[in-house]
Amino acid sequence: MALKNKTDYTNIPKEKFEFYKRDESIHDKKLETKPVGYFKDAMRRFAKNKSSVIAAYIILALVLFAIFVPVFCENNYTRAASDTTYLQYSKLLPKSSLFAWAGWDGCTDETLSEGDYLRREAIALETGHNPTAKLYESFQDPANDNGTYYKVRTDSYLKNGMIYLTLPESDYLAIQEWQNETGVQVIYPAVDTSSLKIATLKNDANIWYQCTNKGLPKLDKNGNFVPIYKTTGSDNYDSIRIAGDDGSYRYALVGGTSSAKSYQVRVFTYTYFQYRYGHEPSFLFGTNAYGQDILTRLAKAVRFSILLALGVSAINLFIGAIYGAVEGYYGGIIDLTMERISDILNGVPFVVVVTLFQLHLASKVGVVVSFLFAFVLTGWVGMASRVRMQFYRFKNQEYILAARTLGARDSRLMFKHIFPNALGTIITGSILSIPGVIFSESNMTYLGIVNLDSATMSSLGSMLSAGKPLLSTYPHIIFFPALVISLLMISFNLFGNGLRDAFNPSLRGTED
Amino acid sequence: MYMVKYVIKRIALMFFVLFTIMTMSFVLVKMLPNIDAEQFGKDAALVAQRREMMGYNKPILVQYGIFLKRSILGGDWGMSEALYRMQDVWTVFVSKLPATLMVNVCSIFLSIPIGLLLGIYAALKKNKWQDYTISTLVMVFISVPSFVYAFLIQYILCFKLKLFPLQLKAGTDWFSPAMLKSAVPAILSLSFGSIAGFARYTRAELSEVLTSDFMLLARTKGLTRSQATIRHAMRNSMVPIFPMILGEFVGIMGGSLIIEQIFGVPGVGQLFLNSINGRDYNFFMLLTVFYTLIGLVAGIVVDISYGIVDPRIRMGER
Repeated sequence: MALKNKTDYTNIPKEKFEFYKRDESIHDKKLETKPVGYFKDAMRRFAKNKSSVIAAYIILALVLFAIFVPVFCENNYTRAASDTTYLQYSKLLPKSSLFAWAGWDGCTDETLSEGDYLRREAIALETGHNPTAKLYESFQDPANDNGTYYKVRTDSYLKNGMIYLTLPESDYLAIQEWQNETGVQVIYPAVDTSSLKIATLKNDANIWYQCTNKGLPKLDKNGNFVPIYKTTGSDNYDSIRIAGDDGSYRYALVGGTSSAKSYQVRVFTYTYFQYRYGHEPSFLFGTNAYGQDILTRLAKAVRFSILLALGVSAINLFIGAIYGAVEGYYGGIIDLTMERISDILNGVPFVVVVTLFQLHLASKVGVVVSFLFAFVLTGWVGMASRVRMQFYRFKNQEYILAARTLGARDSRLMFKHIFPNALGTIITGSILSIPGVIFSESNMTYLGIVNLDSATMSSLGSMLSAGKPLLSTYPHIIFFPALVISLLMISFNLFGNGLRDAFNPSLRGTED
Repeated sequence: MYMVKYVIKRIALMFFVLFTIMTMSFVLVKMLPNIDAEQFGKDAALVAQRREMMGYNKPILVQYGIFLKRSILGGDWGMSEALYRMQDVWTVFVSKLPATLMVNVCSIFLSIPIGLLLGIYAALKKNKWQDYTISTLVMVFISVPSFVYAFLIQYILCFKLKLFPLQLKAGTDWFSPAMLKSAVPAILSLSFGSIAGFARYTRAELSEVLTSDFMLLARTKGLTRSQATIRHAMRNSMVPIFPMILGEFVGIMGGSLIIEQIFGVPGVGQLFLNSINGRDYNFFMLLTVFYTLIGLVAGIVVDISYGIVDPRIRMGER
């Protein structure tokens, strides 16, 4: 059989032949899987690193916080620069209606002397808002003249009670109109201070009752406060009146000239806030010693930190890449000279650079710009040396020689052929420099070498240093900035480390 | 021979860099507006006379020549103009060194053993839960800035529990028990970060050495795991760690500006800060030179100690 077949093959007639796949072109089979490039592979490996992904989400959350909180939460209150009413709302504790059950209710536990306790009772009696949220117990302290003391939970938003304000007629009438519309009382009756002997008591808006020279109330037989409301005067008040007013109480002390009258009134800070800003006072992170809202200031500080860090690392990337590329590519005497220059810049302590820039430039180009200059002056050195190393690694490879033989110019070789190979390291390096910038920024602003604080602007460092003296009494002022800067640093470090591992080809496949 | 040449080259280079930085900062400081000499009252003639005497009216380069001759060669850094009126700058500076050194030396002696032990333990337990716990903590402690620890320590240990005083004790009895006790918060807040740094570095180096071929050989020739680790892995992993420790030792002279300010340590960092705020340029100049020198010396010490620890580098096989 086999033999017969063999003879057959030698004599196949010509017409039995036909062309195979004559109408199609022949090529390799197409790959069925998608090609995985360097960056795609890096991203895939990054996504496997759970902590870095979480860090990336935290960064995203902080960025959104920094972008949107000032947009949505910034009301007239936060922007108030010329109006100093906000000083009345200083050191308020964090309050959130959502988390009130967890103690986030703007209240604090404290022990009060009898005088302070009765003072707050008086506020509660007059306004119906009780600053004492809860009375735990009262006790006699034998060590302190057997005085009565009260353990209470105080609402920091109510305890300041009344203040004296002097208003022009238009404002005075506007408040009355608002009172009639909403049924919320802001202005409380004026007080006849002639029975009070001490100046501090006369000026204290919370005293509406007879009291001793020590500020303790003189109670009547039934243990009630004895009001000393003013009944003579010429204010034009026809709005809400407090209980017990038979129509004789006066509500303002009129002063000024007949053409421009001024009204000195006692207003309740809590409801006055409602009148001014349209909602009850409630600050998620509390307020600082000047009554500024910590939430929005913090968001602005984070915004500034991130923007500065991004700006600095972008500029450093740009300068460092070009400088390092030139150094690494040309080598020799050029490299040597340029290395000495970066040695010198690297040797200057950062704090000295910042100080000199602040002293020399801050008055000319502004604090922020001179701060940025200080970061840029020495910051690019690290990036340059990183790029230089990469260039030393790649510049003698065969493909560079091939490209050079084909006539490629130096700049083309540098940025088209070598640079893309170094890109992974460069990106990682500049992301890992971000936490460093944030840290230095907060350090310098904390120490007050750079001062960015103003009514509408703040920085993490200056918020921390402002909270430092109040650490023991009002820890919330320092807590939130400290928390946010820790989160920022941890998440940027984790994120950068994840990227570094992902871009490192030698680690490829080791995790699987 | 190679080593000697290398050391000489590095030191020469260091002086070149130092000289350049010193020149630049001198010129920049001299270009700043001067505070009027208040101690002479508002008498313009006296002020002018004093400016003439101090050499402020000469060209800056001539002033720089005088400065070099007096400060670098003669050791006279001038008088304090604002902070410690009419006291010798150098004497004040030297009197500030002990506080900084005390706090920082304690911190480094606390953090080196703990950091190394944690790092070694993590490397030996690599990819087990002990390693993950240590690595996570190290990550957190490295990232969180030292002043955040300072606030936490001050609030919890000093204020709530009342274990330590809020500020460093006054006085110059640097190593008395009371002084050491009052320095504990500052030492702790400095240490957390460096413990984490040492632990991370040690873990990385040791775990790399543990997987190398000579470790396999050591086990093959019959050493137990602990013998091989102590005799071979540890010694090799110390090659990069030892220079780092030496570098830290030089670096601690500078102190930490922020920790010194928080805990009221009357040290060099605080002096520098005060010299900036008080515009005391003589202090500023001295401390700039001091800080620059520390940074440069630390770098050189690290590089040279590589050669001391590792004979391969010493013999010129770079």
